[in-house]
Amino acid sequence: MKQFFTFVKKEFYHVFRDRKTLLMLFGLPIAQIMLFGFALTNEIKDSKIMVVDYANDSASKEIIQKLAASDQFELQKSLMSHREIEAAFKQGIVNLAVVFPANFNSDLLSQNSAQIQVIADASDPNKANSLTNYVNNIVRDYQQERVNESQLPYQIQAEIRMLYNPELKGATNFVPGVMALVLVLVCVLMTSISIVREKENGTMEILLVSPFNPFLVIISKAVPYFVLSLINLTVILLLSIFLMEMPFEGSLLLFYAESSLLIIAALSLGLLISNSTDSQQTAMLLALMGMMIPTMLFTGFMFPIENMPVPLRIISNVVPSKWYYIIVKSIMIKGLGFSAIWKETLVLVGMTAFFLFVSFKKFKIRLA
Amino acid sequence: MVTLQNISKTYNKGAIKAVDQVSFKVKKGELFGLIGPDGAGKTSIFRMLTTLLIPDGGVASVNGLDVVTGYKEIRKQVGYMPGKFSLYQDLTVEENLNFFATLFNTTVQENYDLIKEIYVQIEPFKTRRAGKLSGGMKQKLALCCALIHRPTVLFLDEPTTGVDTVSRKEFWDMLKRLKDQGITILVSTPYMDEATLCERIALIQGGKIMSIDTPEAIIKSYPSPLFAVKSSKMSVLLEDLRKQDQVKSSFAFGEFHHLTFKENLPENQQSLLNDLEKLGHTCLEMKEITPTIEDCFIQLMSH
Repeated sequence: MKQFFTFVKKEFYHVFRDRKTLLMLFGLPIAQIMLFGFALTNEIKDSKIMVVDYANDSASKEIIQKLAASDQFELQKSLMSHREIEAAFKQGIVNLAVVFPANFNSDLLSQNSAQIQVIADASDPNKANSLTNYVNNIVRDYQQERVNESQLPYQIQAEIRMLYNPELKGATNFVPGVMALVLVLVCVLMTSISIVREKENGTMEILLVSPFNPFLVIISKAVPYFVLSLINLTVILLLSIFLMEMPFEGSLLLFYAESSLLIIAALSLGLLISNSTDSQQTAMLLALMGMMIPTMLFTGFMFPIENMPVPLRIISNVVPSKWYYIIVKSIMIKGLGFSAIWKETLVLVGMTAFFLFVSFKKFKIRLA
Repeated sequence: MVTLQNISKTYNKGAIKAVDQVSFKVKKGELFGLIGPDGAGKTSIFRMLTTLLIPDGGVASVNGLDVVTGYKEIRKQVGYMPGKFSLYQDLTVEENLNFFATLFNTTVQENYDLIKEIYVQIEPFKTRRAGKLSGGMKQKLALCCALIHRPTVLFLDEPTTGVDTVSRKEFWDMLKRLKDQGITILVSTPYMDEATLCERIALIQGGKIMSIDTPEAIIKSYPSPLFAVKSSKMSVLLEDLRKQDQVKSSFAFGEFHHLTFKENLPENQQSLLNDLEKLGHTCLEMKEITPTIEDCFIQLMSH
């Protein structure tokens, strides 16, 4: 047992004395969570729009005011003619234009119906869709106010409630994803390098010619990274709760237990890579290429898995972070308990057992 | 203590024959040297004896334990110092030593008497990281780490490669003292001049043992008298020597060329000097010398 602790201590020395490793270990996660949390969101804020108001009456002015007041839009300028619209689009000054026809208010009063033209720059289709939706909502709001004044025979209202994330904040979607990404990347990368480094430096030769149990080498390599990953996780969690205003509805204990499971899965995958390669470079490349892209693509926080073709959906099942993402969303945002996520947990447990088994199998007690 | 019987090792599925039918015995408490150039198969032999590689053929044992089946026991009993410096460069001298002591279930205090003489030399640098030590110090530290568990057999793979002359001499003095403590030492080196420091040596080339004996006996067995020649034009001299009928072999060796005659007649020496003078060599000097291990090696290689 004393041997084991000495070995773990040695591993900690390795980590703390290598500035690059330390930076990667703690800098990378913080940078990523900030990037995804603030910079790379799919929320649209302060989109530039312009308005052509042929009506220039009370109704059109009121709607324009509402548009200008909303967070999503920033009124760039009001034009006199719709001919200028295309020029503005081509210059890239605006993303959306709203045109009010002449007699807008009187049409509304006399015919109980009027039209507004909404023109969006659909070169980015997702953005165009979101923007037109925002306009629709604002116009509907206005209509609602008018309806209360006049008397219509009947009307159907769809009352929409956005559960768990009423403000449709992007962070809610990204943070659990980034957590999964960071944990998987850091753990796999760090551990995959660690055993290979002993091979490259020749220290593995001495370790093997000693009474130390080779399996303990593997386990003691994983311990420091496990501890450091938990610290990492705590940092990410604090950042996302206090800086990104993420909700945390569920049990903290369950969250840590499930995260530990993912960390162990990632560590054993890293050890597997480490045991199967001979140079730090190969190990690093394998860990980065083999983990980064699948984790980004198949976790579900960037691209919805439901929209993928069947083969890709099947592949996504072997990506551990996909299951973790489901688990974390359930705990953090929905506040669900273990009974809701036991299936996903079981999948992760199975994966971990498999990785560990194979990496123990692949560990060589000799050089060749 | 250490025995090898017809040990063979091939790499790349038999394409490269690194060790070919090697057999020798190292007695208890002996300082045995494996002498040969790079690529002779020394490291492969060491790795098989330290249970790191499995031989393709033959049987080998250390302390009576088979290197394949008894690997767990052997790993507890032997000390191994690989050819490449293999300690943790980012750990200090002290940390390295403590780490390896714990790894072998012992403490530095327990076996301090064994390493004391070596350790005092590096003790002033005990808080320095191993990667920042000089070549000689690194080897001393590595030797301390290999000795810390009081091994019965010590395997040192090219411990003096890349070490300056003074440190090399110190290192060999240490090995002698360790031998006096009853530790069996198997050491390999590409430096022929170190061969005479061993009790017995095996000359190895191309994976094959050419000769095993004490250095003195190997020197004695040199088949014919050996002469050293010098002149003012050394590079031309070697070519001219090789053209002479009475010369059997000649090769460059430091500031002299070494040569042997086909027939050992006293008049041959004079006739050779005369011939060389006719070829325009001046300041000619020739003397009979005692062969070195290197001469023996070259002679054995040409067979």
